[in-house]
Amino acid sequence: MAELMTEKHVKYILSVEKKKDDFESVVMEHLRVNGAYWGLTTLDILGKLDAVDQDEVVSWIMQCQHESGGFGGNIGHDPHILYTLSAIQVLALFDKIDVLDVENVANYIASLQNEDGSFSGDMWGEIDTRFSYIAICSLALLHRLDKINVERAVKYIVSCKNLDGGFGCTPGAESHAGQIFCCVGALAITGSLHHVDKDLLGWWLCERQVKSGGLNGRPEKLPDVCYSWWVLSSLIMIDRVHWIDKGKLVNFILDCQDKENGGISDRPDDAVDVFHTYFGVAGLSLLEFPGLKAIDPAYALPVDVFAAASNHDGMN
Amino acid sequence: MNRGVEEERARIPMSQRPEWADIRPVPQYDGPNPVVPIAYTDEFSETMDYFRAVYLADERSPRALQLTKEAIFLNSGNYTVWQFRRLILDALNVDLHEELHFVDQITKDNSKNYQIWRWVAEKLGTQIASKELEFTREIFSQDAKNYHAWSHRQWVLQALGGWENELAYCDELLEDDIFNNSAWNQRYFVVTRSPLLGGLEVMRDSEVAFAIKAILAKPENESPWRYLHGLYKNDVNSLVNDPRVASVCLDVLLDKRDCVHALNMVLDLLSHHHQPSNELKDAVDAVSPDPKPSDSNFAERVCSILQLVDPIRASYWRWRKTSIPAQD
Repeated sequence: MAELMTEKHVKYILSVEKKKDDFESVVMEHLRVNGAYWGLTTLDILGKLDAVDQDEVVSWIMQCQHESGGFGGNIGHDPHILYTLSAIQVLALFDKIDVLDVENVANYIASLQNEDGSFSGDMWGEIDTRFSYIAICSLALLHRLDKINVERAVKYIVSCKNLDGGFGCTPGAESHAGQIFCCVGALAITGSLHHVDKDLLGWWLCERQVKSGGLNGRPEKLPDVCYSWWVLSSLIMIDRVHWIDKGKLVNFILDCQDKENGGISDRPDDAVDVFHTYFGVAGLSLLEFPGLKAIDPAYALPVDVFAAASNHDGMN
Repeated sequence: MNRGVEEERARIPMSQRPEWADIRPVPQYDGPNPVVPIAYTDEFSETMDYFRAVYLADERSPRALQLTKEAIFLNSGNYTVWQFRRLILDALNVDLHEELHFVDQITKDNSKNYQIWRWVAEKLGTQIASKELEFTREIFSQDAKNYHAWSHRQWVLQALGGWENELAYCDELLEDDIFNNSAWNQRYFVVTRSPLLGGLEVMRDSEVAFAIKAILAKPENESPWRYLHGLYKNDVNSLVNDPRVASVCLDVLLDKRDCVHALNMVLDLLSHHHQPSNELKDAVDAVSPDPKPSDSNFAERVCSILQLVDPIRASYWRWRKTSIPAQD
């Protein structure tokens, strides 16, 4: 088996390239909060979270918070549910959820639920089951699921279930592994997995594995390391992970490493980025690759972090 | 980055434009030691510094509108800029047909941009249904599986109409690429939801014929096999009793072409008490690699063969073997 280049990945994350005119960095500026979650969670899985200055990160994250309670992608940016979850997750990594005005954040998230149970991403109204997952995961971490109508939220998610057993972003939309992770995760967190046809979905998910051992996100698409997370965590949540060839997937992920400079890419020999580095390492953790912290498939946080977050504030 | 017409003119720095002389730009503040440091071009930095100034002053003016356009050309994924642009559009009561044209331009360069799809269309209403369908069609000509474009197209059809040519459009896309799962999904969407077609029951027969034709062309294609199942939703006995289904499995197996999906369908039929013909049994046995499995129960033998021809999913096929209902 190839080696996991832990030190190189840590180095890569800690010192992201500072090339001038780096297009990717310019494009990433507005979603830096997401980037922080990907980078920091990877470091934690690799056992190196102490390499960052916790106080600085927490202080910066809090500056990304809007008075509405939601978080923007960076300082001065408008709030969106996408960044709100990442912010909460980053605080959870440092066991600092208590710096939040929980009521404030929870109200922001709850305000995004619509009549039909769906969630909008922000005040402009885009609806997507990703936002259902984000709302449910966020509020569960804050112990404030009582703020939303969970029954309606579940009903909406179930309305996005397709005949192949998968889920799309809205009713009728194509089944997609990323959306499936979100829907299954939301159903798992709310104790509603009985709505999933586990055998049917499990088969659809295990069909994502292609000859190279990698996973794609939809039929006839190319394999991509990020699906190592979305497909895999979904399979684990529905107890069907033994239906894929784990060894071949491990090898695929390891082949996507940049063994010289660190980082992981979407598929072998492509350029690396923080996003795929996180999903590759998280995927390896789910596959029980040695030396990695265990990660919770529904909350996408190391298991010990989730346990700590669960113990705070007995309210549910 | 492709910026369309703007690229043709050399950019004059904001600091040299007389119409901006009264504004003091506001620099980005990352904090003393940025966690995820990002590099900026001078052009990007300056444009965003001026944007921050008008944003903080809440200036909803024509020059602010133009500035948001420049910022969007530099980075079309910035929520704050788009949201402020929308506030300005409302305040200035701008002709939204022009905005739609601008949005089209941006999307051509970056078709995975989330936030631009819906806002303008909703404001313009039914008058732009065909334009929106054309808009997504153009995206599909570059990227026929663009997930968000499909989501938008479905929203347009349901909110604004335009179903007339949708099934024909699916035909077109599948002719281009029979493996396009998004097009198969859209086909199902149209067949089940179009107010013009009569619903699944009415459409089923011709759609079964369509799926079978696709299967015979490329039996290794996942999509038409699943589509076939979908056509018989909640009525699997009709699937099992439709002679065309067993027949297509036989045809595929006789041709000895990639047969995993055919074997899987045979297994599904057997699991619902289909009685296989001797011809089918022989065809299944013929495609088995050596050493040929010796299970006396035909359904179990199919599972054993599947473990051999689709080894990456051997665990799944092993499980299928344990869940075969008792045979008659």
